Amino acid sequence: MEKTLTIRNLSVSFSTSNGTVRAVRNVDLDLYKGETLAIVGESGSGKSVTVKAVMGITSNNQTIESGSILYRYEQNENWTERELLKLTHNEMRQQINGTHIAMVFQDPMTSLDPTMTIGMQLMEGMMHHLHLSKQAARKRALELLELVGITDSEKRMRNYPHQLSGGMRQRVVIAIALSCNPDILICDEPTTALDVTIQAKILELIKEIQEKTGISVIYITHDLGVVAKVADYVAVMYAGRIVEKGTVDDIFYDPRHPYTWGLLSSMPDLSIDNSERLYTIPGSPPNMVNLPAGDPFAPRNQFALEADYKEESPTFKISDTHFAATWLLDERAPHVEMPVSLRRRIDAMKEGGVSHA
Amino acid sequence: MPEHLLVVDGLKQYFQVSKKFTVKAVDGVSFYIDDGETYGLVGESGSGKSTIGRSIIRLYTPTAGKVTFEGVEISGNMGANETRHLRTRMQMIFQDPMACLNPRKKVSDIIAQGLDVHHLCKSREERQEKVYRIMEKIGLDREQANRYPHQFSGGQRQRIGIARALVMEPKLVIADEPISALDVSIQAQVVNLMKDLQKELGAAYLFIAHDLSMVKYISDRIGVLHLGHLVETGTTKDIFEDPIHPYTKSLLSAIPIADPHVEKKRVAIAYDYATSGIDYTKGTYHEISGTHQVLCTDDELAYWQS
Repeated sequence: MEKTLTIRNLSVSFSTSNGTVRAVRNVDLDLYKGETLAIVGESGSGKSVTVKAVMGITSNNQTIESGSILYRYEQNENWTERELLKLTHNEMRQQINGTHIAMVFQDPMTSLDPTMTIGMQLMEGMMHHLHLSKQAARKRALELLELVGITDSEKRMRNYPHQLSGGMRQRVVIAIALSCNPDILICDEPTTALDVTIQAKILELIKEIQEKTGISVIYITHDLGVVAKVADYVAVMYAGRIVEKGTVDDIFYDPRHPYTWGLLSSMPDLSIDNSERLYTIPGSPPNMVNLPAGDPFAPRNQFALEADYKEESPTFKISDTHFAATWLLDERAPHVEMPVSLRRRIDAMKEGGVSHA
Repeated sequence: MPEHLLVVDGLKQYFQVSKKFTVKAVDGVSFYIDDGETYGLVGESGSGKSTIGRSIIRLYTPTAGKVTFEGVEISGNMGANETRHLRTRMQMIFQDPMACLNPRKKVSDIIAQGLDVHHLCKSREERQEKVYRIMEKIGLDREQANRYPHQFSGGQRQRIGIARALVMEPKLVIADEPISALDVSIQAQVVNLMKDLQKELGAAYLFIAHDLSMVKYISDRIGVLHLGHLVETGTTKDIFEDPIHPYTKSLLSAIPIADPHVEKKRVAIAYDYATSGIDYTKGTYHEISGTHQVLCTDDELAYWQS
């Protein structure tokens, strides 16, 4: 399997009037060709900042403190490597964004231009990046609209964004992202602003396109149900750090980090009855300015060891694909099992005996 | 027949956009809520679920239909007594905890505003005591009473919104998507809190949401809305175990399940009103069992059940 994106030791910080916010801390991630990586975390965990660094979207008060983002792509049967963090803003825009790495944002209403027709917005990128003629771009735009499941594409080309429903708009945004044949599609909470029924359709659409074109996809989400549906690999982020990563099976059937346990347990299971209380992670996400010493998750962690309050745990390797950053995996740590209710749920899932509506 | 706490009968809420065009946001919806129970209202955006909540508490004036709350009609012109009855006995929790609290007021004054407006406290001490007691219940410290909303996190602000509603000791609380703006780990905390407070104070909830798994967890009965029509209603069990209407089925199938082996293979059932050939205005309510009702024609029901 070919690696297309390698992020190593990435740290990003923001200077604010209250102090420095270390939004992303020592993140390592790999993306393989044709596969889907999901980054899960709460707001402020640094998941968006990580992918925005890949896209070269920076704000004025942001500094990349360390790290490398290596992007490899195939051109005329040769593999070419580029270090994305070394490129200038203009080089990113002209050579990488759109043609190699494209992004779909959360809210389709704000990512489309309300004063341009759908057709123009679709053709713009192709005419600029791929130097297509207007006729050729138009022909391809029609194909793209069909690919994303919009019927009546001739008519839709002349529509303005406000004439379409939310689901339709997000389809158009996806079509625009795909227009210049990118290798990597980054979806930042692509379905959060949409209804469940439309969410399911959009996720199925992206999966279908991935099978047809073989692109790699990075999803950002906080919904573990979405992760279960789309992901091959999962990275769980907390307070700017990847606390656990592994294949989707590793994370859902053999989670090791207490935060992952908490996330999985607090999802309401359709099979539980109403008298049971929902499991909750106590407390709230930490303030990222002046993080306390030790593991930022420790105050919310019922399994926290003394070591957690003193020093952050290194990342331990569990298998070739599965890593977690918790002192519980240290050989000196006491043996701690995941909560019983979660154990039971996972056992039930493994047997496939869970009945779903 | 025992009297219901709230009866909504044929509620219509139209908005006139221009001379030629009227949006029928809610088009003839009927349901009831009993004392101390939770009624979940689900549907996609634009289905009219928030509008129903707002019409009941009279943020809008209903176009047609009758709403009766504790035996008092609150849908037509209200006199001073009816207004006072509605404003003190029914409360609302809003979706966005960032936008629903006045940034220039202290938390204690926000919580006590309803008490002040209706002169429900005889003395300063009583008012303070009530505020402290409700703050304790929602898990905030006394010391935090003099802070301003911006000093709290999203989850804490939503708790303040809940405290503000419950300090009035209402019989009915309309909760309009109270958790959808919160982080996942905080959502479960707020839902647990709402359930605990209900047990303690005995208020009924009208819980409006689009997240079906949370609605299932908190509701006793559920109504499914689509395009301003209540297409199916029943107990939580009726809806989840024996859904009849194709829209309900499609909604249920779209809930993602946190089990990759199951979820990877599942395809959601599609439902498109325009091509389904169903006309909501032709349907009448058919009773499936005592609590379970579906909006349809006789032919449709026979077809769906076959």
